Amino acid sequence: MSETVLAVSGLHVDIGRRSIVRDLAFEVARDQTLGIVGESGSGKTMSVLAATGLIDAPGSRVSGSSLLRPPGADPVQLVGADRRTLRRVHGDAVGFVFQDPSTSLNPLLTVGRQIGESLEIHRGLTRRQARARAIEMLDAVGLPDPARRVDAYPHQLSGGQRQRAMIAVALACDPALLVADEPTTALDVTTQAQIVELVNALQRRKGTAVVWISHDLGLIGQVADDVLVMRAGETVDRQPVVDVFAHPAHGYTRDLLAARPRLRADGGPPAAPDAPALLEVDGLDVVFSLSTPTGRVAVHAVDDVSFTVRRGTTLALVGESGSGKSTIANALTGLVRPRAGTAVLDGRDVLRARRRDRRQIAMVFQDPFASIDPRCSVEEAIDEPLRVHRLGGGGRAARRTRIGELLEAVELDPALRTRYPHELSGGQRQRVSIARALALEPELVILDEATASLDVSIQARVLALLRRLQGELGLTYLFIAHDLAIVQEMSHEVLVLQGGRTVEYEPAAELFRSPQDPYTQRLLSAVPPTEPGQWSRGRAAEYIAPRDAM
Amino acid sequence: MSEQQPLAPTLPLGDDRPRLASWRLFLSNGLTVASLCVLVTVVASALLAPWIAPYGVNAVDVAQQLQPPSAAHWFGTDDLGRDLFTRVLFAARTSLLVAAISVAFALVVGGVLGIVAGYAGGILDTLVMRIVDVMFAFPVLLLALAIVAIFQPGLWTTIFAIGIVYTPIFARITRASTLTVRTTPFVQVSQTMGTPVASILARHVLPNITGPLIVQTSLSLAFAILSEAALSFLGLGIQPPSPSLGGLLFNAQGFLTLAWWMSIFPGVVIFVTALAFNLLGDGFRDVLDPRQRTIIEARRTR
Repeated sequence: MSETVLAVSGLHVDIGRRSIVRDLAFEVARDQTLGIVGESGSGKTMSVLAATGLIDAPGSRVSGSSLLRPPGADPVQLVGADRRTLRRVHGDAVGFVFQDPSTSLNPLLTVGRQIGESLEIHRGLTRRQARARAIEMLDAVGLPDPARRVDAYPHQLSGGQRQRAMIAVALACDPALLVADEPTTALDVTTQAQIVELVNALQRRKGTAVVWISHDLGLIGQVADDVLVMRAGETVDRQPVVDVFAHPAHGYTRDLLAARPRLRADGGPPAAPDAPALLEVDGLDVVFSLSTPTGRVAVHAVDDVSFTVRRGTTLALVGESGSGKSTIANALTGLVRPRAGTAVLDGRDVLRARRRDRRQIAMVFQDPFASIDPRCSVEEAIDEPLRVHRLGGGGRAARRTRIGELLEAVELDPALRTRYPHELSGGQRQRVSIARALALEPELVILDEATASLDVSIQARVLALLRRLQGELGLTYLFIAHDLAIVQEMSHEVLVLQGGRTVEYEPAAELFRSPQDPYTQRLLSAVPPTEPGQWSRGRAAEYIAPRDAM
Repeated sequence: MSEQQPLAPTLPLGDDRPRLASWRLFLSNGLTVASLCVLVTVVASALLAPWIAPYGVNAVDVAQQLQPPSAAHWFGTDDLGRDLFTRVLFAARTSLLVAAISVAFALVVGGVLGIVAGYAGGILDTLVMRIVDVMFAFPVLLLALAIVAIFQPGLWTTIFAIGIVYTPIFARITRASTLTVRTTPFVQVSQTMGTPVASILARHVLPNITGPLIVQTSLSLAFAILSEAALSFLGLGIQPPSPSLGGLLFNAQGFLTLAWWMSIFPGVVIFVTALAFNLLGDGFRDVLDPRQRTIIEARRTR
């Protein structure tokens, strides 16, 4: 192994009276990538922030050792270092890329100024030199037309382009260490593949040591040389990546591996039974009118989309952000008004449904933290549809019984009924959302990225629950997702959307066996494969091409 | 992945230190508790004025005129020999009554306007908020003066005038909070379920915007007391011989050099009450604003 860049040992982090990270140790060497995996709340971000002296949570205490050895310079102890030392190191020897590219760039400064900032401070470059270097960096991260983009403001770039710019900011001073904290979580799958390949390529060129934090073991398998698995502040597994996948040392790692959604080469879900059509959507067309400084602009969010959902089956709507899949859901539930088209559910027009008839379509939203009123207990949340539509027998006692049944149906302890949302975990909240949707006794349930913000192991359980409910209650799902591995597990038919248009609409088995459209093929190849390493180092080399026009 | 899953584990509450109850945080701030005590004292003595007052409100005793504070007359007497302590008690009663009713009026009217405008949007929103803008453009006292000038000066005119002046503030705050709550997924869920609008507003929107409203209410009470004093001082509020804090000050004006106690005691009551309401409002804001709250919690654990 070559020279060590960051050596962490005996790292403890406490916030208030709570212990967040206990006895953490790891090393990253030049040209190596350490992947830190764990579910939300496992302390993975906190440990890296503490190791790099960035932690600023009130009441936090850090102990242990974190030694940074920039090549050709004296080692620096980062735990307990004063602000001056940290300022000298941050941005120079250590670069950071965070999750959300839309908030980690300053909206008031051009991209070029933000890349040049650290160069002017740490390297004493003039404004003009920094600008020249910024253009080089933007070119290196594969942003098209860097000489023009250097003067762009963050809002003029797409999400993927912003994350590329953020990487350029982080790498401007050629840091010895790059910390990437969930850098692709907020991005589309195809963009994620590009960013992974970009970081790998830059690392090979410059020999940067990388610490890559993610909740997705599949992704870590593609980027990391060593893997550190964290759970509740403890290290449970620490091995080279190949060994983690081949023979995981700890049961928890095995669970994580098993829970990971994967594309299967074999069959896929059973073909759609010859069920009667439940929902028929024809020529759906939604146009949004937006006010911009240059006048009103019409955005064609959904462009002439038609599909049929059969009773008791699942149709998946797949596409990247901006493809119009959520807009279709909102049109069906009456949140937006379509410009044209019809949607007939069981013989009745859904698009012009009255308030009383709104119970035929239920919706489960993505964010389990925002989709339940924080001031309502679990019972009150599930009671609302029962009360509004006089379901479950009308009386208060009958409704209470029904709520108990619903909680059991979604495998929640009925004792939770008096809890408030902030006392529940993300998975439990999503189960409450599902119970609330079932309370409507709907014909169709729309699942709008319903599992996308859950940890993988919880996601697997919620998906299993949804499949079980479909089998037992004969539910019909409209399943909106961007992750094709999950789609394959869940759906009978798939409709791929791009820019509001239908790209491909086929039974799932056929689509996964032989995807016709190049866009579908691109989506498929962006799913991290089962074996570690094969994707980023080999197959996906084609993604390095600056094709990031979206 | 097994199909047969056990019940989802319940989140252990004991493991994660539960959030401190709001009221405990609230009471942990000494300044807030002090202001709360002051307000309780002021309100209690104002309410109990008829029983604890040693003399009649308008019991004139010319022989005892302009007496300095003494054991018989704690706050001294005025130019007609009336006991100032008694008059301050009854004045505080009037002032608090005016403040409470006018702010309640502003809260209800402004709150309803704001919540409806914010939720409905469109033309209704534009119309209501432009009217609010126009009302904001008037200086507060000028608007109140105009209202008093149109109607006869008196207790209810004063209440109405102050209420109108504070309505736009509440309308604006309620609308801004409603706008943020309206777009949250939990409101959208209710919309897709076909919950009636009135039910969404009452059950989901209103409980989630109470924080800023409580803060604004307690701050407005302070300013309403000051406004009442100002109007009465100008002779347009509560009409003599009924005592009000502003009226007492107006009366004391002519005797500034002769009887300092006539202006000091009503002035101190106005000052202390307004300050206490302000500090209480700050205390509420610290507890109800999540960001502020995290800072206090962190400070406690250190």
